[in-house]
Amino acid sequence: MYNGFAIVAGLVIFFAMLTAPFALGTMTKQYKEPELKLPVNEKECIESTEYMRTNHMQLLNEWRDWALRDGKRTYTNHAGKEFSISLQNTCMKCHTSKADFCDKCHNDAGVSPYCWDCHVQPEGLK
Amino acid sequence: MKNSRRTFIKLAGIAAAGLAVAPKKVLASSGGHSPVKVNATASHAKHWAMVIDTTKLHTAEAIDELAKVCHHIHNVPSIEGKKEVKWLWHDTYGHSFPEQENPHLAEEVHERVFPLLCNHCENPPCVRVCPTKATFQRPDGIVAMDYHRCIGCRYCMAGCPYGSRSFNWGDPRLNLDMANLNPEFPTRMRGVVEKCNFCVERLAVGKQPACVEASNGAMFFGDLKDPDSEVRKVLREKFTIRRKPSAGTEPSVYYII
Repeated sequence: MYNGFAIVAGLVIFFAMLTAPFALGTMTKQYKEPELKLPVNEKECIESTEYMRTNHMQLLNEWRDWALRDGKRTYTNHAGKEFSISLQNTCMKCHTSKADFCDKCHNDAGVSPYCWDCHVQPEGLK
Repeated sequence: MKNSRRTFIKLAGIAAAGLAVAPKKVLASSGGHSPVKVNATASHAKHWAMVIDTTKLHTAEAIDELAKVCHHIHNVPSIEGKKEVKWLWHDTYGHSFPEQENPHLAEEVHERVFPLLCNHCENPPCVRVCPTKATFQRPDGIVAMDYHRCIGCRYCMAGCPYGSRSFNWGDPRLNLDMANLNPEFPTRMRGVVEKCNFCVERLAVGKQPACVEASNGAMFFGDLKDPDSEVRKVLREKFTIRRKPSAGTEPSVYYII
């Protein structure tokens, strides 16, 4: 093989770089879910924790259309309990801190939803 | 068993027959039913309308007082000049009713100022021109804004013959008193058009619009399609005019002159 050494060395470096993210990822520590500050007075959210964890974004998206566009502002959960549809006045009345609840996961996941461009966070605005 | 077209068709037939006799509940649980409903305490109407008695409410001070109430509960920023944002404001007779100008009008009427707000037209041009359906007409006649969808193109502002819409040229929070916000109602963001919403959020819990409540009986609010409602009673008894009739937008705000 002509230039065998250069080719093999180049291939080794190429594959090392290609797999570097995976290698580094498995070597460094495991991702841990951030510790959220849960409401003190409330034990149950409007739906189960699992459901909220995976679906809160879809739910909020549906909520905003139901309340604003359809004028339907009462939500009945899977257990049959009723809630008033409102991010500011229902969700954030229990989760009284955006910084300790919303931001923790959002910062970890690198998502920045623009809810707070308009909605007033429970801490108030600076 | 050998799979043939004949057995497949047989099975498909059985499955279809099963669906036809399946209880409705099974079908419903597979989607199509909604977990939401209208608030139990909400006020309902076929078409909301407002009547303003300008014999009682015609001074700039009184109208500004109502505007203050409205602007506070809806977190409307106070900005001077061309970039102002307003939900409720006042103007002269000539500006409010340009087509109904009359050089020999009673001086007293000509000197009044008139409270102006979104007319929640029956035939709203803003809704017709909005490319994203961010502004839309609810079944109860209220012309609502969905700020989540507004792209700030301002077609609605061009379409509105009443100047009822304001554009947020900058971040409205810069001009809000942050310590004195209404935490129950959102602000808006930069780059959206906003306007009066007939207090839909208050109607949803059975309250009257804030300006009507604060007007000391100079404003009436109710169902235009209900012949026994208060607005219809007032409209029957008093002579009223609406703004710019030739625009054909059929405003839902009536003025007693």
